[in-house]
Amino acid sequence: MDRNFNRRDFLKTGGIAVAGTILMPSLLSGCMSGTQASSPLKYQLNDYLNHFGVTRKMIMDVLAEGLSRGGDYCDLYFQHNISNTVALEDNMVNRAFSNVSFGVGIRVISGEQTGYSYTEDITVSSMKSAAQTAANIANSNTRMKVLSLNEKTVPGYYKINTPWEEVSINDKIPFLQYMNDKVFSLSPAVEKVNVSFSDQTSYILFANSEGIIACDYQPMSTLSASCVAEKEGKREQNGYTSSGRQDVEFFSTSNLDRIAKEAVDSTLLLFDAVVPRAGEMPVVLAAGSSGILLHEAIGHGMEADFNRRGESIFSDKIGKKVAESFVSIVDDGTTPNNRGAINIDDEGNDVQKTYMVENGILTSYLHDRISSKHYGVEPTGNGRRESFRHMPLPRMRNTYMLDGPHEKEEIIESVKYGIYAESFTNGQVRIGPGDFTFYVKQGYLIENGKMTRPIKDVNIIGNGPRVLSDIEMVANDMEMSESGWTCGKGGQGVPASLGQPTVKVSKITVGGVNA
Amino acid sequence: MNNKERMELAQWASNFAIKKGATEAAISISRSRAVNIEIREQKLETIRESTENSLSLQIYRDNKYSGHSTNNLKKRQLEKFISEAVEATQYLSPDPDRTLPDPSLYPSDTSLDLGLVDPGHGQVTPEYRIETAMETEQLLRQSDMDILSTAAYFSDTASEGVRVHSNGFAGDWGSTFFRMSASLSVMDAGARPSGSFFAGQRFLNELPKPTEVAQNALEDTLKQLGQQKIASGRYTMILDNRIAGGLLWRLFQPMTARNIQQKNSFLDGMLGKSIASKHLTIIDDPLIKGGMASRLFDSEGIAARRRVMIENGVLNAWYIDNYYGRKLGMTPNGGSTSNIIMGYGNRNQKQILESQQRAIFVTAFNGGNANSTTGDFSFGISGQLIENGKVVKALNEMNISGNFKTLWNQLTETGNDPYPYSSMQSPTLVFSGVDFSGI
Repeated sequence: MDRNFNRRDFLKTGGIAVAGTILMPSLLSGCMSGTQASSPLKYQLNDYLNHFGVTRKMIMDVLAEGLSRGGDYCDLYFQHNISNTVALEDNMVNRAFSNVSFGVGIRVISGEQTGYSYTEDITVSSMKSAAQTAANIANSNTRMKVLSLNEKTVPGYYKINTPWEEVSINDKIPFLQYMNDKVFSLSPAVEKVNVSFSDQTSYILFANSEGIIACDYQPMSTLSASCVAEKEGKREQNGYTSSGRQDVEFFSTSNLDRIAKEAVDSTLLLFDAVVPRAGEMPVVLAAGSSGILLHEAIGHGMEADFNRRGESIFSDKIGKKVAESFVSIVDDGTTPNNRGAINIDDEGNDVQKTYMVENGILTSYLHDRISSKHYGVEPTGNGRRESFRHMPLPRMRNTYMLDGPHEKEEIIESVKYGIYAESFTNGQVRIGPGDFTFYVKQGYLIENGKMTRPIKDVNIIGNGPRVLSDIEMVANDMEMSESGWTCGKGGQGVPASLGQPTVKVSKITVGGVNA
Repeated sequence: MNNKERMELAQWASNFAIKKGATEAAISISRSRAVNIEIREQKLETIRESTENSLSLQIYRDNKYSGHSTNNLKKRQLEKFISEAVEATQYLSPDPDRTLPDPSLYPSDTSLDLGLVDPGHGQVTPEYRIETAMETEQLLRQSDMDILSTAAYFSDTASEGVRVHSNGFAGDWGSTFFRMSASLSVMDAGARPSGSFFAGQRFLNELPKPTEVAQNALEDTLKQLGQQKIASGRYTMILDNRIAGGLLWRLFQPMTARNIQQKNSFLDGMLGKSIASKHLTIIDDPLIKGGMASRLFDSEGIAARRRVMIENGVLNAWYIDNYYGRKLGMTPNGGSTSNIIMGYGNRNQKQILESQQRAIFVTAFNGGNANSTTGDFSFGISGQLIENGKVVKALNEMNISGNFKTLWNQLTETGNDPYPYSSMQSPTLVFSGVDFSGI
């Protein structure tokens, strides 16, 4: 069976996407202007205005309302978000879920103070009322004026060919079933299989009191397979996830087979796993998902809100040497189709590749609008928010380390006793002390320069600046992780990605047992 | 819209789904209004006001199942939304266990008042919120530690909603919640530890005073000064009642019917057997007046009742929802936790700590995870080294690791000090011989 999709196949199979066209322009009859584009992928600014039922004049009026108590700045973030999940359990595709949310968030800034409100009812009166609430953060006689709105065009870091709204649920079902059969076929030890597929589409219209108006279409999809296997009375469970801003072409046979194999292999490996010794030891981080080290050890601490308040361990380290000269770490919103790619940040700023560490020197924080003004620097495009219900904060996008001068093999050969950490479930950091952790789901012991027995379920804990300075070797095999990482901060989750070449840290504390 | 109007809309939506071809339908409609205030340097840093509406529906169509939600409650839009949801459901696989709960599981009386709403909520003024947080933040600033930043927060939420099932259930609910918290960040020889405290209550007058909130945040910060790691080894672990819920939570996941049915629980096969030392008793009671997680019915409409989950170490019950209960042939008893009450001992935290010769008092978790299939766990921690009843060192950057099957058998004592600001009212817990990794 050919599992490679093309758009024509979808259109002829029919059925609906669960939540696809729901709440789209029918909502807005009576305030359309111009011609509606045939596909959401071709939407222009006017289509977005129609989609949300607003005009430039209405937006300018609401911005003026937001500034009516003397605020310095106001922005409006319209969002229509559609998400669908279809899932398989016990050999049946027996559940599907959808969610639609629609609304506008209104933010007013006065100095470093923020007023925020939102409404799920996009009418002039509701928006003005929310704007008045946000406006109350300010109390000054100065009145900023919004003179005009000029469109800011955005680049295309996630061009897709088929919008998810055109893919029906019964088109997705055979792929989940295929994945289920594939996972079972790979090992007789497999007892249970779970497969789920989620897609999400976000229509965004942004305008601010500096006169910027912009729109963006953000797709996302995530395919996960997990299994429980049983061997000699023992059970283990593990899985694999692939996620990105991609379309149905992602459902290729080779992709599905690869994900199924990863899920089974990573589960079976756990039966042979041993627990390492407790304590400090050299840790080799595999290329790819190990980028979680960067996300936790340095990324969060470089978010400029923590630094402008002096709370981060990195607050006094800009311009200082923090690592060997072969270490360069970036946070990059422009890497195509990664989860953290964004065409424009959620407060209207251009997105860039930001060097946090360049040749071992701490170079730049990750800024939102408030912090870039505080430091008097250009914004870095890191102002992000979970949805229209949330205010932007400095957040990471795709965080990775650039290639270094070493080879993976020589790195492993250099370790007498340590661990090779390969896959991870989660991480965390305390910003001020700088101690960060990440949980190794699976890896190997390294004994006398060779990877020997598998290990599993150990937490690693280290100190951000110390671990950076303890990076001894960096290989030339950088890989981005395709896992479905979601970064949490201040009660908001945003999609992010991360990556890294193979890296050796001379010592970190590894959870384990005491002899 | 009030709950009466929501109930009418939910009945209409349920009928509409049936008209469109659903065999059964369940509808929830709710609204939540929240105000959040953040004070820094005696100034209002952030004010956020939000009102969130939600309609969720579960469709059962010839034993095929799907769930949907939207924040648009206009009937004209809902007609399209519900029609498409019902249509999409037909493509799924039929599953004989996909039905609404049997009506005998619904509460017979949904009018009982559990006291979950503070009637004074509507009278809370913006000035009160700001002044309370201002006072808290001012108290933090009086500390003689080398302060980098201070913040105090006040928030309150009022929610209400209804739930309707096409096979005869209709119930409504309302709740209020007030929250105060404080955090401060200080300079400490290159590190910048930050301490915090959080307290939540359903009734405004049950919240602690600003002095107590600030004092607790200051103490939390003081505990972190001079933190370092020490040698790996086996130590007695005293787990602060403020964070013990984080560990208990890991015990509840493998107790769900889903994880049993999916062979994803290290507790499978242990019903009626001992899984912990005799010091562990866990009672789940959703009917406590004013309780943080109290309810008359759960998210499937199933009548809430008191359940003794673990008694003197013996596992008594699973958390059984409707679907997985049917799959396992077990009567549903509610698939999720509510208020957790435990078996309490005779001593408070102070007395327990003073009686230790050598132990680690764990005051915070930092990341980590657990494997619900095997019981393996590994968590980052910080805390204090106790010797001869006294704090001798502040600790961080250490891990605890092991397996829950043995850890819960190493529970040697529970305190008499249930933590008041959480639905999980854990006391201080004492475990012997826990593996710590440090240097």
